[in-house]
Amino acid sequence: MKHIIVVGNGMVGYKFCEKFVEKAASKDFKITVFGEEPRPAYDRVHLSEFFENQDAKALEMAPLEWYTEHGIDLIVGERVSDIHRSKKTITTVTDREFSYDYLVLATGSSAFVPPIKGVEKEGVFVYRTIEDLEGMLAYAAKIKANNPNAKAAVLGGGLLGLEAGKAVMDMGLEPHIVEFASKLMPRQLDLRSSQVLQLKLESIGLNIHLSKATNQILGDKAITGLEFGEDDVLDVDMLVISAGIRPRDELGKTCGLEMGVRGGIVVDNKMQTSDENIYAIGEIALYNQMIYGLVAPGYDMAGVAVDQILGDSDSLMPDDIDMSTKLKLIGVDVASFGEPFMPAAKGHSIIFENKTQYLYKRINVSLDGKSLLGGILVGDATDYNMLHQIYLNGMAIPEDASQLILPASEGGASFGSVLDLPDTAQVCSCESVSKGDICCSITDGESHNLSDIVAKTKATSGCGGCKPMVVDLVNETLKSLGKEVKETICEHFNFSRQELYDLIKINRVADYDEALNLFGEGHGCEVCKPLLASIFATITMETANRQPTIQDTNDRFLANIQRNGTYSVVPRVAGGEITPDQLIVIGEVAKKYDLYTKITGGQRIDLFGAQIHELPLIWKELIDAGFESGHAYGKSLRTVKSCVGSTWCRYGMHESVTFAIEIENRYRGLRSPHKLKGGVSGCIRECAEARGKDFGLIAVDGGWNLYVCGNGGATPKHAILLAEQLDDETAVKYLDRFLMYYIRTAGPLVRTAPWLDKLEGGIEYLKKVVIEDSLGIAEDLEQEMQGLVNKYECEWKEAIENPEMMKRFKHFVNSDDTDDNLVFVPMRGQKMPKAWV
Amino acid sequence: MQDILSQYETVTENAVKEWFKVGLTSDFPENSGACIKYKTKQIAVYNFARTGKWYACQNLCPHKMEMVLSLGMIGDKEGVPKVACPMHKKNFSLEDGSNLAGEDLKIATYPVKIKDGNVYIGFSD
Repeated sequence: MKHIIVVGNGMVGYKFCEKFVEKAASKDFKITVFGEEPRPAYDRVHLSEFFENQDAKALEMAPLEWYTEHGIDLIVGERVSDIHRSKKTITTVTDREFSYDYLVLATGSSAFVPPIKGVEKEGVFVYRTIEDLEGMLAYAAKIKANNPNAKAAVLGGGLLGLEAGKAVMDMGLEPHIVEFASKLMPRQLDLRSSQVLQLKLESIGLNIHLSKATNQILGDKAITGLEFGEDDVLDVDMLVISAGIRPRDELGKTCGLEMGVRGGIVVDNKMQTSDENIYAIGEIALYNQMIYGLVAPGYDMAGVAVDQILGDSDSLMPDDIDMSTKLKLIGVDVASFGEPFMPAAKGHSIIFENKTQYLYKRINVSLDGKSLLGGILVGDATDYNMLHQIYLNGMAIPEDASQLILPASEGGASFGSVLDLPDTAQVCSCESVSKGDICCSITDGESHNLSDIVAKTKATSGCGGCKPMVVDLVNETLKSLGKEVKETICEHFNFSRQELYDLIKINRVADYDEALNLFGEGHGCEVCKPLLASIFATITMETANRQPTIQDTNDRFLANIQRNGTYSVVPRVAGGEITPDQLIVIGEVAKKYDLYTKITGGQRIDLFGAQIHELPLIWKELIDAGFESGHAYGKSLRTVKSCVGSTWCRYGMHESVTFAIEIENRYRGLRSPHKLKGGVSGCIRECAEARGKDFGLIAVDGGWNLYVCGNGGATPKHAILLAEQLDDETAVKYLDRFLMYYIRTAGPLVRTAPWLDKLEGGIEYLKKVVIEDSLGIAEDLEQEMQGLVNKYECEWKEAIENPEMMKRFKHFVNSDDTDDNLVFVPMRGQKMPKAWV
Repeated sequence: MQDILSQYETVTENAVKEWFKVGLTSDFPENSGACIKYKTKQIAVYNFARTGKWYACQNLCPHKMEMVLSLGMIGDKEGVPKVACPMHKKNFSLEDGSNLAGEDLKIATYPVKIKDGNVYIGFSD
C-alpha cells in the first residue's frame, strides 16, 4: 500500500482528498492529511458569511466524520515543519516523523503584511482565517463599548479587501477602505467600472480613500490612526490588512525544491515539482510563472495531481487558465471574464454605463466583430453566465454585438437558449461540470430533477454562481423530453399551489388531514401546512382558529412572535385614522401590560413584549374598546395606507382617507399567498406611497388611477398602471378581480410583483383578464370575493369568546407558571429583549 | 446562557429514573406541540395523532436560546418525525434530536409513555 501525505487542509487540499476517494480504491492507498488550523477545511470564499451567523460548521467543506468514513487520517492543529526528500519523510512541529510515497503540498497562502511601521500594534488584523475573524469580532466589541462610533480601516481595495470592508461594516464599525492604487479592484476592473463600483459602495456607507500610501500606523499600544503623509491622517480604531497574498512555500524552500524568484513552488503541467514524488497545488503552485489565487484553478490542479498519482499521465493542466470571476460584493454584482482590459489594437470595446443605477457593462469584441474576447460587468451580472459561455466556446455573436449587453427595453435581446450551448461547455467551473454532463444525466434517466443533478454532479455546490444556468438546463432538458416541469410544494404534496387550490375546492375537502390523505403522503411539514391553511381560508374564509395546528406559529397565536419568544399586538387602524379616545385606550393597555410601543410603517401602532397568556387579556380590553385584529401576523391584507386627502389637504382631489378605510375594511382578514398592502393618495403628489404597494389608488381629475403589483422591501418595485379615471365602484370591482385572480394563481409566498413578472403576457394580459374579462371569469372572481367579504369576522373576538379556543394561550400545559427565561433590559424609557448571546 | 442549555441531555428509555406525569392526552393538541415544566426544565411534547406516536424534547432552541420549540410546526422529512423551530425554521429530528440540515445543532430528546390516558415523560434526574 502506498502512502500519500497531503500537507495543508484548505479548500484545495480537501478537494484533492475528495477527488481521490471518488476515483481510487482506498485499499491501494493510504492518505494522511495535516492541517495547521484547529478545524477541518472550510470554505474561505464565503468567509464573510461567518459574520452573519458565526457558525464555523456551516462553512465546513466536510465534517470530521467524512475523513474517517473514507479512511483518511486528518491531523489538525499540527504543522509540518520539514521535508526530508532523501528518505521520503516529513516531520511535524511536535517532532513526529512520517514517511510518504507521494507528498502533496497544498499549504496555500497567507496574508501579505506590508512592512509598515507599527503593524505590530494592538487592533491590527489580517483577514484570512476564522481565527482572524474571531479576533476582529472580539476587538470590535471592545472598542465599540468605549466608543459607539468607532471606525475601522481596511488596507487594500481589492476583492478580499472589499469583503473585509463589509465584514467591519457588519460589526457596526464605520468602514474605511484605503487603497494604494488609483482605483478599486485594480486587477479585475478598468477605471470606469471601478468608479461605478465606488459610487455604489459609497452610497451604502463605505468610505473610500484612493491613491494613499500608508507611511505608518499611529498609536501607543493600540492603533489610533493611519498616517499617509504629513498632515494627512485618518483616525481609526482598528485596521484590517488585506494587501494581497504570499504563498506559504517555506517547506519547498527548506528542502531545496525549485522555487520562483518571487516565491511559489515551480510545477509543470502534471503539478509535479522538481522532485517527481512531490506535487504542489493551489496557491503555492507557480504554474506558467503565475500564482492563481482563485479556487477553480486550484480545484483543477487537485484533479490533475490525483490523476497523475493514479497513473493517468494524459491528465494535464491546460496552458491557458480561465481567470473569469463573478461575485457578489456587499450585495453588488461584479464580474470579469476573458480579457477584461484589451489593448485597442486587438479589438473594439462596447461600453454601457449608467451611473444613476450603478451599472457598467463592457464587452471586448474582436476586430472582425465575430468573437467575444472578454468583458466586465458591475451592478448587474445576470448576463455573465451566457457571456462567459460564449467566450469560452467561441460561439458566434450577433452582428450588432451591443445587443449582448443592452437592456431588453433598449433593443437588447436575450441571446439564445441554454440548450444552444455545445455539450462541452463548462457550466460549473468549480466542479468542472459540463452542459453535457447535466443533460446526459437527465436524458439517460439517471437524474429526474435539480436535486438529483446536484447530488450526481456536484454542480452548484462550489461558489453557486452557476445555479441559474443549471436550473435552466435541467428545466429545458426536461421540457425537451416532453416532461412537465412543475414547481411542487414539498415532499408531501406533488402539486403546485394552484392545482391544490382547485383540488380542494372541487372536492370540497374539509380539512388538512383529509387533504393529506387524499392528495398527499407522509405527515406534512412547515411548508405545506400553512399553505393549505391559506387555501382553506380563501375558499371558505375560515379563521385561523378552526385549524390552529396547521397555522404558522404567528397565525396560531394570532400575534407576531418576536425575538425572545414574546409576541406583538397590532389592532387594525383602517386607513390610519384614529380617534384620541382610541389612542388613549392603546396607551393605557400598553402601560398596564408594560409593552414597548412603536408606530409601524403601515400607519398603526405595534405593542411588543406580550407573553402568550397575556394575549387574550390584552385583546379583551382592546375589543371592548371597539378595536379588532389587525392581521399583522398573517399572510393577509395588512393595511391600506392613506394621505389626508381632500378633507383637509389644500391640494387634495378626492377623499383618500374615506376610500382607504372603505377598501381596508372590505379586504380585512383576507388570506393570500403572501402579505398584501395597499395605499390611497389624494393627488399625484402621492404622499401615501401607493405605488410602493400591491395595489394603489391615486386621485386624478375624473376619478382614481389604479396601480397594481408594487412593493417595498428587498426588491422595491413601483406598481404599474392597470386602469385610469375610475369611479369608486369600478375601482373596487377591478380590485376584487385582480386580488382574487392573484390569490387563485400565485405560488406560495410569491408577492404580487414577482407574480406579475412570471405571468405570461405581463401587465397587458392582466389588463385583459381584469378589464376586458378575456377569460370569462370576472363575475366568478367578484362573487367569490363578495362571499369572503360577507363572511368576515374578527378572529380575536371569536377566540376570546370560546373557552376551547382559549386553551392554547398558555405557556405550560401542566403549570400556571410563566416562562421564567425572559429577560428585558431598559431602552429609552421603554423595554427591549436582552440581546442574544 | 450556556447553563440553560447544559441542563438538557437526552434520556433514553432504560436510563429513566422517574416517569413524570404531565397531564391527560386530551391536554395536548393533536398533530402539534405543547410545553410542560419539570423542575427547572421546559420540555416540548408532541402528539403525532396521525401515527399515534408521542415525542418530547427540550423547549429551548439551541440556535438562539429561545424557549419556543413547542410552538413549532411538526411533520416529517422523508419519514423522520421533526419539528421546525418557529424562529428561523431550523428542523430537528424528534427521533435523535439531530439537525436535519446537517448543522452542528442538537436538541435533547426524552421518552414519552402513555398509560390510562395519561402522558408521562421520562427523566433521569
